[in-house]
Amino acid sequence: MEHIVIIGNGISGVTAARHIRKLSDNKITIISAESKHFFSRTALMYVYMGHMKFEHTQPYENWFWKKNRIELKNAFVQTVNHEKKELVFANNETMTYDKLVIATGSKPNKFGWPGQDLNGVMGMYHKQDLENLEKYAPDNKVCKRAVIVGGGLIGIELAEMLHSRHIPVTFLVREKSFWNGVLPEEESAMINKEILENGIDLHLGVNLKEIISDAKGNAKAIVIEETGEMIKCNVVGLTAGVSPNVDFLKDSGIELGRGIKVNRFLETNVQDVFAIGDCAEQHKAIDQRRPIEAVWYTGRMMGETLAQTLCGNKTEYKPGHWFNSAKFLDIEYQTYGWVWAQPRENEARFYWEHEDGKKCIHINYDKNTREFIGINTFGIRMRHEFFDRVLTEKRNVEYVLEHLADANFDPEFYQLHEKEIIAKFNTENTSNIQLKKKSWKRIFSTKA
Amino acid sequence: MKSIQNIGLGIFLIGLALFTSLLFLGNYKLTQEEFTQFTSNKGISSELFINEMNSKVVGKDFSTTFSFSSEVISIIKSSNKIHEEKQEWGKKVWGKPHSISYELIKEAGKGLIKENKGLFWWLTFGLGIIGALLFIIPNVIILGPKGIKNNGIFLNSATNRGWIGWFVFVYLVGFYLLLYFRPDFIVNWTYVVDPISESLSGNLASQWFLYGFLYCTVMVVMGVRMYIKYRHNKYQVLRTTSVLFFQIVFAFLIPEILVRFEKPWYDFKNAFPLDYDFFYSWSLDELIASGGLGLFILIWGIVLTLVIVPVMVYFFGKRWYCSWVCGCGGLAETLGDPYRQLSDKSVKAWKLERWLVHGVLVFALVMTAITLYAYFSGAEGVLGIKTQTIQDIYGLLIGSIFAGVIGTGFYPIFGNRVWCRFGCPLAAYMGIVQRFKSRFRITTNGGQCISCGNCSTYCEQGIDVRAYAQKGENIVRASCVGCGICSAVCPRGVLKLENGPEQGRINPTDVLLGNDVDLMNMVNNK
Repeated sequence: MEHIVIIGNGISGVTAARHIRKLSDNKITIISAESKHFFSRTALMYVYMGHMKFEHTQPYENWFWKKNRIELKNAFVQTVNHEKKELVFANNETMTYDKLVIATGSKPNKFGWPGQDLNGVMGMYHKQDLENLEKYAPDNKVCKRAVIVGGGLIGIELAEMLHSRHIPVTFLVREKSFWNGVLPEEESAMINKEILENGIDLHLGVNLKEIISDAKGNAKAIVIEETGEMIKCNVVGLTAGVSPNVDFLKDSGIELGRGIKVNRFLETNVQDVFAIGDCAEQHKAIDQRRPIEAVWYTGRMMGETLAQTLCGNKTEYKPGHWFNSAKFLDIEYQTYGWVWAQPRENEARFYWEHEDGKKCIHINYDKNTREFIGINTFGIRMRHEFFDRVLTEKRNVEYVLEHLADANFDPEFYQLHEKEIIAKFNTENTSNIQLKKKSWKRIFSTKA
Repeated sequence: MKSIQNIGLGIFLIGLALFTSLLFLGNYKLTQEEFTQFTSNKGISSELFINEMNSKVVGKDFSTTFSFSSEVISIIKSSNKIHEEKQEWGKKVWGKPHSISYELIKEAGKGLIKENKGLFWWLTFGLGIIGALLFIIPNVIILGPKGIKNNGIFLNSATNRGWIGWFVFVYLVGFYLLLYFRPDFIVNWTYVVDPISESLSGNLASQWFLYGFLYCTVMVVMGVRMYIKYRHNKYQVLRTTSVLFFQIVFAFLIPEILVRFEKPWYDFKNAFPLDYDFFYSWSLDELIASGGLGLFILIWGIVLTLVIVPVMVYFFGKRWYCSWVCGCGGLAETLGDPYRQLSDKSVKAWKLERWLVHGVLVFALVMTAITLYAYFSGAEGVLGIKTQTIQDIYGLLIGSIFAGVIGTGFYPIFGNRVWCRFGCPLAAYMGIVQRFKSRFRITTNGGQCISCGNCSTYCEQGIDVRAYAQKGENIVRASCVGCGICSAVCPRGVLKLENGPEQGRINPTDVLLGNDVDLMNMVNNK
């Protein structure tokens, strides 16, 4: 029996622990300084918004860990001494391991802005950020205005959170259009509009210059780099992306890049030390993916994969087709396969937008072979299994459109737009694609 | 907008205060003529009772129902006691004392309220409805663009078991206790709906008419709230329309109109064993005595339970009944919607639920079996258990306390489906069908779940939806009533209520879609 120690109780670490337990009798310890029990980080926003209580973000009841013999240790790991296979905690206690899994996730980026450590300046990542937010922005009397710096997924979530408590929000986005490094122009424009319609003061193409302090060390205003404009505020949200949380490993001998360097088996350069989730960095990016993927789903997949390796079935990390999802205020977003912000040379695009401006789909396909490459869908839910199969079978764009009714995953009785979508495609491409009726047989043939 | 809401809240509270104060108002004076009429109608032959009433009640002024009631009850008890001692069964005053007291007070009431029923309807129901609508309708603007807006639910004392929640709990429990056990105290409430009752059935309102009317009113007003809250979601809009329609037409209008034509009061959608007295001897006798329609109802009731219910559950899941048709479900989905997040999601609660709900089903079936055996054999009971006794116990514990007092009264504390989840025998029956032989499931969309927990939090039946969704597994649970809110609140489009082939409906998985195909095949096909 080996002692497997996992640093970090996020989705990657906990998934690994669960699967190790299923596959083996090894001793498992999960270490976290953030919270005793696993919670869903993506759900923290709903606690502040009053949709849930913190306990609702915990996917497993508290008895789960003991029952599955997963030990939970509340501590902060100061250093890793891999020669002695030992961890040293902040209080100088130590713990030995046979196998070490580092799943420490990310931390919010700070780019050395003046005033970035003032009171009332925070990221939106940790449980502690939520507590900070309750302190500095409980309502619109204590917090008269909040400024959010950085236009990614966390930025828009933080804007939605503050907005839910009627706190005026100014949203500073460096790019010319929201998240346009990832989203094509059309979708990005739709989200710009959604942000403005919700009464959020969106500033595009601007950077933060500095945060100004009052006499007590609290943030009282920010200054915009480009215009020199000063905006009074009580809270500043720094949401300019995240980077791997690996500072504690600096002198450990474990090879670091931006994150912890791992090979396809999620092994680091040190024997018996592994890294998964946001903090892991592939030596070489897998397919079209990035070397570091700070995404819930990939964290989980790495956990599933590594558990196999740790339990004697050495398994390469081979994620399947890319998928992701998010929600921008009231607009849900799903993506399957790849739809880059800019089409590549071999790619053609088909875009359809509903007249209400809150729904659209964007299909990416190969100009020459007509192979389907990916889809963005906004305001319309689609079936993961359908697109996963389409990508595996390398179907063409015509096939996808013909079977769009199979792909739809909206609740029953929702208005369907497939006909309109196909009509638009036919007009643009002088084709004659006919929509096939939804078929349970086809939908279920997707299951292996 | 906010100020309109505040005005609405004020008007509603005034209406509620007036409604409540009616309990304490009024003049009650039973005339000789009214009393004589009553005794002859009822065939009461107890001189003891009549004399005592004549000396202590008739012609006397009472200022509250409570004092009137306590006098009548003590007279009934004392005279019955003597008759029992003398074994004068024919003279005993039969029936529930508070029901007799109710009928007397209904006659005895005099003055302001009884003479101004319309005015008092407006001052109570009218103000309540107008105030509530003024409070609800501005949400179209206040809540912002359409979409899921559960903001602040756990920060509000009305919906997080705070003091408002406890206040509503006490009020509702009090209301149900009066309704079931002290109808004579709420006679004034029935006066204000007399005109409506008379226009439908031709009779004065009983406490059950009052309850039916109030039920429909509350459902419509809170239905408006549903329409606004879920106006982006067609499933919710249609479902709300459906429960309103079945409550108003099937549970309220048709039965009252049947009574007008001297037919039995019958709710065509209320299936046994939820309709637990359908096979009681008085019910069977009444149906058999009612000619063609009675016979039709008898056959319909049996076919409904044995054929229509399970066949519909096979095709659509039990949601076709529980969240589209049923009256209890209808109230839970309208009045109860603000409380859905309070249901207990723990495994412990699930265990309790299975014992309780199936226990009630067994209880209902055993009681009915004994009732039917007694009916056809003429025996008083089976194995020393009297039919009457077991029916009384069921009626009290399950019919009144569980379904009413706990079922609705506990909304603000334990969520809006306490009865449906822990007590309803029909739900238990349909649950068994749904779990083992149905096309219905909630499909989980591959690997898209982020374990956020909105689905579990807002499941009124206390199903830990996330536990399945985060494993990529479809949700097939006996208790799911298919309200569709888990799907509505999911921020990532993971859940979809569907009726599809039985094959692949239950699909346990370890490794989720999106990972390495070889790994998935290896782990999931083990």
